[in-house]
This record gives sequence, C-alpha cells and structure tokens, in this order.
Amino acid sequence: MSDPKSLYQEVILDHNRKPRNYGALTQASHKAEGHNPLCGDHLSVALKLEGERIAAIAFQGESCAICKASASMMTASVKGKTLPEAETLIQEFRDMATGQIDVDKQAHHLGRLTVFAGVRDLPTRVKCAILPWHTLHAAVHSVADISTESENDPMHAPIGDA
Amino acid sequence: MSASRSALIARPKSVFDVERIRADFPILTLSPGGKPLVYLDNAASSQMPQQVIDRLVRYQTTQHANIHRAVHTLSEIATAEYEEARRKLARFINAREEREVIFTSGTTEAINLAMHGYGRKFIGAGDEIILTTLEHHSNIVPWQMLAEEKGARIRVAPINDAGELSMGEYEKLFNEHTKLVGVAHVSNALGSVNPIKQMIAFARARGVPALVDGAQAVPHMKVDVQDLDCDFYAFSGHKMCGPTGIGVLYGKAALLERMQPFKGGGDMILSVTFDKTTYNVIPQKFEAGTPPIAAAIGLGAAVDYLSTVGMDAIAGHERDLLEYATEQLARMPGVRIIGTAAEKAAVLSFALDGVHPHDVGTLLNQDGIAVRTGHHCAQPVMQRYKVPATSRASFALYNTMAEVDALVAGIRNVQKLFS
Repeated sequence: MSDPKSLYQEVILDHNRKPRNYGALTQASHKAEGHNPLCGDHLSVALKLEGERIAAIAFQGESCAICKASASMMTASVKGKTLPEAETLIQEFRDMATGQIDVDKQAHHLGRLTVFAGVRDLPTRVKCAILPWHTLHAAVHSVADISTESENDPMHAPIGDA
Repeated sequence: MSASRSALIARPKSVFDVERIRADFPILTLSPGGKPLVYLDNAASSQMPQQVIDRLVRYQTTQHANIHRAVHTLSEIATAEYEEARRKLARFINAREEREVIFTSGTTEAINLAMHGYGRKFIGAGDEIILTTLEHHSNIVPWQMLAEEKGARIRVAPINDAGELSMGEYEKLFNEHTKLVGVAHVSNALGSVNPIKQMIAFARARGVPALVDGAQAVPHMKVDVQDLDCDFYAFSGHKMCGPTGIGVLYGKAALLERMQPFKGGGDMILSVTFDKTTYNVIPQKFEAGTPPIAAAIGLGAAVDYLSTVGMDAIAGHERDLLEYATEQLARMPGVRIIGTAAEKAAVLSFALDGVHPHDVGTLLNQDGIAVRTGHHCAQPVMQRYKVPATSRASFALYNTMAEVDALVAGIRNVQKLFS
C-alpha cells in the first residue's frame, strides 16, 4: 500500500467510471452538501432512514476520481446498515485515510474499502477520500452543509499559493 | 517519440545552452519521488542556481549584521550589500532611481503596501478601482478589503475565450470616479500577456495611476518600468531564481513620497517622541523593522544570474518550449488547452476529458513530473472557463524539450489509466 500508484487500482477506477447509487433520492429523510474549496470537489449525499437503518442512499456531484469512487463505495457499504454501524465505518475510514490505524494489522470493518488505505501517503489527497464520509456524517446529523476546510470559519480556509 | 525527436531536429539550432544552465541548479539532478524530477511548476516557485545559494552562504558566513544601524564594520558591510542589491534590482527593471525600489516580502505584500499606502490615503467612498478577470487573488482581495472599508467599488475588465483582455471593454470601464487600475502583466493561470503598455497609457491619460502585478513577467521577459510608464510594479524573488520572503514594490518616487507608511516601526522613522513621529524618506519609510537582508542580497545575485544568461535569450528559449508544448498538447485527443491568447508566456493550463486535475497531478507526480493542479489562486478565471480547476505546466529557463516529451508521455499514461 505504500506505492501511491496502488491507489488508482481497478476497483477505484471502476467506481469512478460507473459510480453506484449515483443521482437524486426521492423522499430523502436526510441530506447534506460537502465541498472541498481547495480543489472544487462538490457532492451531495441523501439518505432515507427507516428507524435506525439506512434504507436508501444516493450521492451526486463533481469531483476527482478518488472522491467519486470513495462516495460510490461508501454508499454501497452503508446501505442497509444501522446508524451505529455506519458511524463505525465513518470513524474507521477516517482513521485509515489519516494513518491512525493500520488496516493490515488492526481489526476493522472496512472490507473492500481498504483499497483507499494508500491515500494516507498522499497528504494532499486525504481530503478527497474523506469528503463523502464527512458529508454522510453531516447528513445523518442533519448539518446543512460541510466543508473540508470549515472546522471554524470557511473564510479562513487556506486557498493555496500561486 | 520519433515524431517529437524529428520535430526537435527540424527546429533551428538555438545558441541557448540549456544543459549548461541546468548544471547550475543542483535540485534538478534529484529524484524526490523516486523518478528524475521534471519540474514544471515554475509559475508557483522557481529553483535556485548554485550562484545564488553560494551568495546566501557567503553573506551568512562573512557579512551578516543588522543594517542601517551600528557603526561597526560588519554592519557597514551588510548595509552596503543590501543597498547594492537594491541598485541591482533598480537597474534590472530600469527604475529611474534606486529609492523607487521598496523591498517587501513578495508580490502579495507589495500590493498590500500599495493598497495601504496609496489606496487608504487617496481612494474613498464612491471611487472605483479597475481590475481584470485574470487577476491572482493577491491583486483582488486587498482591493476588495479597501473597497469594503471605504465604500469604493471594484470594476472588472473581462477576457474573451482565448484569455485576452479587450482594450475596448477595458476603456468602457473608465469614468470620473476611476482612481486606480490593477492589472497582471502575465496571467498566472493562463499565461496571457496583457497589453499593459496601452492599458497604462489609457489610464494615465486620464490621471489614473496603474499598478502592475509583474510576478509572472519579471522572471521571463525584459521589464522596463520607465518604458511601461506604470506607477507601481510588484514582483517576487522566489519566482525568479531568488529566495522566498523577498519581493519588490517599484513605485514612482513622487507617488511613494505622497503615500502614507504601511508598517510602523524601526528604520522607517527619522525621529520619535510620544508627541510626534517624523517618517523617514523613501525607501526606508516603507521598510519598517529589520528586513530579510540575506534574501534581498540573494535576490540581487539572482538578478545577476538572469542578466548573465540574458532576459532576451531566456524569453526566446521559453517561447520555443511553449510553442513545442502547445503543438504537442493541441494534437492530443481529449486534451483541452485553457488560455490560447496570441501573446503568451510559457504557462500551459490544460484539462483532460473525464479526468479531474487532481488525479492528473497525482499521476503525473508518479512519473516525476511536478505540475500545479487547482484554481491557481485565480478563481474568477476558473469561473470564466466553467472549470473547477486546471492542470498547469509552467516553464523556466532550465526546462528542456525532452521534459515537454515527458509531460506528453505522462498525460498519455493518465489517459490510458482512465480510458
């Protein structure tokens, strides 16, 4: 996983080409917008909760391959799961992408999502992979919209150099 | 490969010895990501030749002390070297006088200096500032801050699909409220070379001063501020083979003298009591505190280096690179060049069908090719072309035709992966 080239594996390229659960969701109970002002990635996640269970989920937006594939695989992973199960995946995915856990050595529930483990070696791309998960988290908690730069005031986000 | 090689052979043989130049830049021999470096991110920051590195080492090893202060020998040496750097910079851009060269931390601070020193004193409610769609955020945001503070208004000269400013549209923006024009000499996102001489002449004929953001021009072409007749000209050291943390605001002496100081502190005063402070003369009035002495002297050495190679020779070499790279990319299916102005500096922004620029950047990096991806701190340009971001290859004097070939091969690899 240390070779960043491994990030662009067939499974990620395939999900980028043919994203699953892509589009609008009728009768969504929760939704949120996510954007990354650094690169212009923008997506929305909508879901329909039945009790504690995610009965349906969809996403749409414009983004890089890493972000789109992450969103596609995320929707496939959490569909049918309960909210606590989804929260666990969100936490574990974030920990994997930021190098907090080593998926080869520690227990986790990520399954095929471990194809994103290589992103931890590409600091500038970590946010691309995590954005859909942040947005899902925001949707579940009904936060209106989320930005990768918006721990506080989005106006204070770094906007890069020349 | 054979096609590009024959294209190379067919070109007129240049006297420009790029291999000799490359030998001056130690970083170009490295393989930071495991592959030989192909450095095409010069519009963001250029690399430093050994001559400049050596000058920095010599200064720190044998000449360092604070300047304009003590009577001891080292301080006198440091002061003389710092002021010699100012002379070199003044000569390089053909300023009338050395005192018209203010050292700043870079282009951004230079523009902020003009905003605080000139704008806050002379621009008020109802006044208008003309900018262009092409501006870098550093030539937008300071003026927006001023406009907000004073109740002034920003007006924007548009570009056409090629990325060219129209003189006609620009001229229409002028009225009796116009107080300043701010324009990039060269667009960092598109490479367009703007018709600044005509733009300045039009503004000055109406008594409106013009500030030029020259960050992307000074490293790549001969700049003569007297010929341009601009009132302000701002640029950065680190884009012209010098150190970071140093830049220049050129200003006409009469204008600088009328301006208020930007930062208060030591060196910018003649006398201080708690009743009244008398400010120093220019340029010291604008250089409060201990400046980046080493960086200024390093920038002086960078100017020596560029002058020795020759700005016309550099411009010619980069024109060849741009022409060759444009030819190569233009014939690739699925590649769209963004910014096709008739007058361009060696900046090539492009988009690949179906591939986000960030994926392009990550994958090119795996082949050792450093390009910039993103909005290039020019979000209005991205909005104009309706793209979230672009990939940008930007060339410098040490880049080669073989590196253009490497870029083309790298783009092909990306396309293959995403096909």
